[in-house]
Amino acid sequence: MKKTIFIAAVILLGGLLCDMFEEMHPLGVPLNTAMDDYILAHALSDRSAQNVVTAMVFDFRGFDTLGEAAVLFTALSSIAALFRDGGKRE
Amino acid sequence: MKPLSVIVTSVCDIFAWFMIVFGVYVINNGHNTPGGGFQGGAIVATFLSFMLVAYGGKRFWAWLREGVYGFLEFLGLVAFFIFGCLGFPNSFFYNSIAVPQGGEALSEWLPLCGTISLMNVAVGFEVVGALSLVIIYMYGSIRMVDTGAGMGGERGHDRFDR
Repeated sequence: MKKTIFIAAVILLGGLLCDMFEEMHPLGVPLNTAMDDYILAHALSDRSAQNVVTAMVFDFRGFDTLGEAAVLFTALSSIAALFRDGGKRE
Repeated sequence: MKPLSVIVTSVCDIFAWFMIVFGVYVINNGHNTPGGGFQGGAIVATFLSFMLVAYGGKRFWAWLREGVYGFLEFLGLVAFFIFGCLGFPNSFFYNSIAVPQGGEALSEWLPLCGTISLMNVAVGFEVVGALSLVIIYMYGSIRMVDTGAGMGGERGHDRFDR
């Protein structure tokens, strides 16, 4: 009984997955390119940054990078809280 | 952790400093070449684990100045926030000191892309401090546990002569 339900669920989920792949639009063809075009056009001309990825990370999405730095700091804080008093150092 | 053989320590002597130079290069040229603060900081932080593996715990603790890395972490985060505040008449994180292409540089020492490269350096400091402190704290918390004879521990695997 369990096996039948399992096989039926696998077939159902597989069918849904295949259906989803049919509906997907092809990779590399975004539906709305307004923001991509703006960033590619303005990263070099306005900001003089040859590396568009860095211009993206530190300029257009600088607030995200502040979040990333905060994530790193939080990870460091939790590791310090877990490990700092353990063991003994010479 | 025991120091490894003389081959490894010699290679560490010769090549470990080049890792720092390469990491600083990646941080410094983040606005021109692939890489940036996060990647270059990770490369620089590899130096500490290289030292630990090659020279072992005793030399590591004798050589280490832990406060330096805490200060780097502090300095990087504060500098990043201040560079974000530089664009405040317009908005937070607005790149107000960038010069459009073909313009005159504001200063000889300031690159044309403005806060992008300054933030690269700040994030590089922060990542160096954070990853090095992770290595220091996690290695420092290892402690010897005497499992007794015949307790089934992996002998030769869990031994750290510290």
